[in-house]
Amino acid sequence: MSTPTRIAPEVPARPTGPVRTQRRLPRFAPLGLYLAGLALGAALAALTGSGLTTAVVYGVVLGTLAVFVASRIVEGPRKATDRLVTALVTTAFGIAMVPLLSLVWTVLDNGLPRFDAQFFTNSMYRVVGEGGGAYHAILGTLIITALATAISVPIGLMTAIYLVEYARGRLKKSITFFVDVMTGIPSIVAGLFAFALFTLLFGGGVRLGVMGAVALSVLMIPVVVRSCEEVLKLVPNELREASYALGVPKWRTVVKVVLPTAIAGLGTGITLAVARVVGETAPLLVTVGLITGTNLNPFDGRMATLPVFAFYQLTQPGTATQAFLDRAWTGALVLIILVMALNVVARLISRFFAPKTGR
Amino acid sequence: MTATKAPSEPTQKPAVRRPGDRIFAGTAKASGILILLVLAGVAAFLIGEAIPALTAPAEEIPGGEGLAAYIGPLILGTLMGALLALLVATPLAVAIALYVTYYAPRRIAAAMGYVIDLLAAIPSVVYGFWGLAVLAPALRPFHTWAADTLGFIPFFAGPASSTGRTMFTVGLVLAVMILPIISAISREVFSQAPALHREAALALGATRWEMIRMAVLPYGKSGVIAGAMLGLGRALGETMAVAIVLSGGAGATLTLISSANPSTIASNIALKFPEATGIDVNTLIASGLVLFVITLGVNMLARWVVNRRADFSGAN
Repeated sequence: MSTPTRIAPEVPARPTGPVRTQRRLPRFAPLGLYLAGLALGAALAALTGSGLTTAVVYGVVLGTLAVFVASRIVEGPRKATDRLVTALVTTAFGIAMVPLLSLVWTVLDNGLPRFDAQFFTNSMYRVVGEGGGAYHAILGTLIITALATAISVPIGLMTAIYLVEYARGRLKKSITFFVDVMTGIPSIVAGLFAFALFTLLFGGGVRLGVMGAVALSVLMIPVVVRSCEEVLKLVPNELREASYALGVPKWRTVVKVVLPTAIAGLGTGITLAVARVVGETAPLLVTVGLITGTNLNPFDGRMATLPVFAFYQLTQPGTATQAFLDRAWTGALVLIILVMALNVVARLISRFFAPKTGR
Repeated sequence: MTATKAPSEPTQKPAVRRPGDRIFAGTAKASGILILLVLAGVAAFLIGEAIPALTAPAEEIPGGEGLAAYIGPLILGTLMGALLALLVATPLAVAIALYVTYYAPRRIAAAMGYVIDLLAAIPSVVYGFWGLAVLAPALRPFHTWAADTLGFIPFFAGPASSTGRTMFTVGLVLAVMILPIISAISREVFSQAPALHREAALALGATRWEMIRMAVLPYGKSGVIAGAMLGLGRALGETMAVAIVLSGGAGATLTLISSANPSTIASNIALKFPEATGIDVNTLIASGLVLFVITLGVNMLARWVVNRRADFSGAN
């Protein structure tokens, strides 16, 4: 109540007229200026007869400049820099969208012509020209990925349990550190590792589906460990303590209390790990090779896998070049669909299996 | 107190270890140790298979001039492509991370982050397809322009490639591939910048950019560096995109835009390995070992930076 009376005498002392620091551009002026710049850029590009890309580049540069200059005149340099950075940062996001959209569009455009029933039902056995499909490669990818998952999930999950529930001290630190380091192993090196391992075990020139699964496991295990560890850490300690208080042994607490609570996150993490390795090409190229027929036994000779199939269709086309390229692009399209489907499944798992907590 | 203490003492000393507990804990510990063994095994088996190439006489190595002369240009090519990718991707990724954390409308910011993450989900072989079919032809005019006007710089020395399948194109493809990695980590550290600092800056009348420069960027600097190094590790080891896009020759040249680029270690392995026999296999594995050592070094450095930061920021 006393403050207004104290301020009252100061009010007349304020300078009359517009206060410079409070001058602002009208709300939609920056957007309008930016669009005007864009239009000007488009006009400029049209005058010089250049393409769409140039028009967009001119427009963005001019629009940004227009906003910057106007803001500098009206609002001063600080606000102008702020607006400039806003424009730059937004542009950067736009730039990142270009390859994504272009890639999706290109793969759809080139892949849809052969996205037919034959592609999913035929193998490449005795196909030299048109026709044929990736039945053998799709099944091979599924088998090898499933095998890799079967190897990685128990090891990865148990390691995560060890790190969260048991580990102390130096061993914990070094496992955490090296799991992190392992996420950075180049995929081709994982492939070479599997090759070297099986060469020592079975002699030179060996190519097996299970070699690919081992190579993929090397890439997959650290991802599984990291995501499972994060999820297990989120399980509230009260649940564990309540279980101990009831006299439940630690291992049953982990199996019956901790894991069910975290099941949604575990499912999501494992699905994302699968999505990461399902498109890996390089390790399969050096370990599994490629065949044209259908081989469903990962312990007996070469197998076909979708990424390797697509790679060779693109880089080593036969006489009917277009047929090979079409199959390659459709292979890429199926691969993207597979990865995206896994990502969607991961999101659905985390939504529908989330524990019903009051929080 | 004293009455209960006496009977409780003997039961506490031998901690109850049921067999189930012991087996479960043992299995968990064993899988943790197995991971360390796998990592050691990767190194050991690669060394084991590389030894024949290390000890072989120089003229038996492909190229006929010894292992160093064979791997040297490949190392140069690997570093050139990865560093170019890093130069292009880091500023963009930081800007994107800032956009998603502090500029994008709150309601759609999460979706935008997810869209950027989609870039990471696309298989590398598909990036190769895209680089070959779209990016290389699109960059052809730039190649001729760069050779004409920037030719005095060693990196842009001509003659320009007529296909666009050069180290420059590869660098851009790699940049797109590592963009989501760098931006994901940057996003995380930017969003963790202390709210008190940010609000204090805004309350003192800072504009949004000044707030970011004073409160967010200093806090997130080490995170950005770590993210960039993880991206570098990925770019160094990237195989398929490079193998498809680059039409690499031999020879160590610095030029990014001619068709005489050196290849990279990973793509060289992918292209030569399926047909290789005898000592060639060992040579390729030796080059893989070099790649493993380089990426291991980069990754360990990156993790060290990340962990050091985590130690300091434990308070919040």
